[in-house]
Amino acid sequence: MAEVRAEMVANVWKVVAAEGESVADGDTLVILESMKMEIPVLAEDAGTVTRLAVAEGDVVQEGDLIAVIE
Amino acid sequence: MFACVLVANRGEIARRVIRTARAMDIRAVAVYSEADADLPYVAEADEAVLIGPPAPASSYLDIDAILAAAEQTSAQAVHPGYGFLAESPRFAGAVLDAGLTWVGPAPESIAQMGDKINARNLVEQVGVPVSAGTREPLADLDAALAAADRIGYPVMIKASAGGGGIGMTAAADPGQLAAGFETARTRAERFFGNPAILLERYVERARHVEVQILGLPDGRVLTLGERDCSVQRRHQKVAEESPSPGVSPQLRARMLAAAVQAGEAVGYVGAGTVECLVDVTAQDFTFLEMNTRLQVEHPVTELVTGIDLVEQQFLIAAGEQITFDPARLASRGHAIELRVYAEDSKRFLPSPGLIEEWREPAGPGIRVDAGYTAGNRVTPYYDPLLAKLCVHGSDRQEALDRAAAAVAAFSISGLKTNLQFHAELLESPEFRSGDYDTSLVSRMRP
Repeated sequence: MAEVRAEMVANVWKVVAAEGESVADGDTLVILESMKMEIPVLAEDAGTVTRLAVAEGDVVQEGDLIAVIE
Repeated sequence: MFACVLVANRGEIARRVIRTARAMDIRAVAVYSEADADLPYVAEADEAVLIGPPAPASSYLDIDAILAAAEQTSAQAVHPGYGFLAESPRFAGAVLDAGLTWVGPAPESIAQMGDKINARNLVEQVGVPVSAGTREPLADLDAALAAADRIGYPVMIKASAGGGGIGMTAAADPGQLAAGFETARTRAERFFGNPAILLERYVERARHVEVQILGLPDGRVLTLGERDCSVQRRHQKVAEESPSPGVSPQLRARMLAAAVQAGEAVGYVGAGTVECLVDVTAQDFTFLEMNTRLQVEHPVTELVTGIDLVEQQFLIAAGEQITFDPARLASRGHAIELRVYAEDSKRFLPSPGLIEEWREPAGPGIRVDAGYTAGNRVTPYYDPLLAKLCVHGSDRQEALDRAAAAVAAFSISGLKTNLQFHAELLESPEFRSGDYDTSLVSRMRP
């Protein structure tokens, strides 16, 4: 199981992946936006997205859970 | 001269404009969002008006809220700074319709230059060199592929209404163009509200050099030298210098003359910047775009000319004489600006947070234009610029040495900054040699 967490304070601009979806290493899960920059959050392992903890428009803090991949 | 100006911006540029206003005995009104109430520019203004919540669309881009603040404070003029509404012909027009003085060029000039395709076509007609590129917006991928065949790969994909490097992508072949075209259209629509895309020939070894112009009320267009802005990450500037170490006197003379032609082509009045792409190998240049406002990096020009550009903007807007004799204009020494961003020094990722400690360098030849101080919170809503560290020296060597000492003396804690990157930049043999191009940062961070 791998937890994907936010690296910085940001707004969630786009949720790309969906719960239950299979992802490959390097696939984009969500796209954050901070300081006029889009920051893709990538899967660091292949697996199934068992949880997506954010929705579009959310504000995440550094360290907040974004997704769980199993 | 008007008695009161509203500064329709935030952070370091609002503070910098307020400083000159106060020196000229003009009352300065700041506007701020809920996220910015504690910033220095709000405290330093004569009066400050809350205009809305943090999101730019509900505050710094809200024309009605800003004009209401101007009415409430009896402001007689509006200075837009850079970014936000500075290049919005609609905002400039609304300011004029409200009976206020607009500290900037005519809305028509902004509109003509704001559309990059139109700007290219316009300056080409008056003899300014432009790169091979598209003369009309590309409707779809087929049109883009056909245009790229004619121009020749590699090409640069750009938003016609764009700026700030957002959405720009280079494509080396039809596959990359197909992949980049839709992304560029989506971003152009999202960030600029206009999906029009253009293609330009991509130059491998290029410098980005821009000319500062001042259009006077009597129709004359003056130039105040150039700025080299080739130190870029993600097509956005990180450091600038003047004079450019990569431009020969002959090339400089041709660029300054072209900048005057571009300004005259739109009857330009006020401070503006003509951006050029210099092909290092060919020692030739083409017009990129014109910015119809004050640039972020204007301090390097102020440091080498001794001229306060904001003061000239106010005087020109009020129809008064500028403070200097154009015939006696001279450039002295060398100036460098380093943009201190709230981002890490390795990958340049944003790092909002609370500023715990803030200690600025000081001394001969050092100028810091800062938007923040200790105790301020840097939020994710706006761009990551914290401060501009500017240095002046009698020559480039002295400026480099002063910059290195100033970077070492600048102490910011509580969030990540790119100060470490600047320390490395100032030590890099390529930057120190002066013989660098726009790929310098990607070579430093492969």
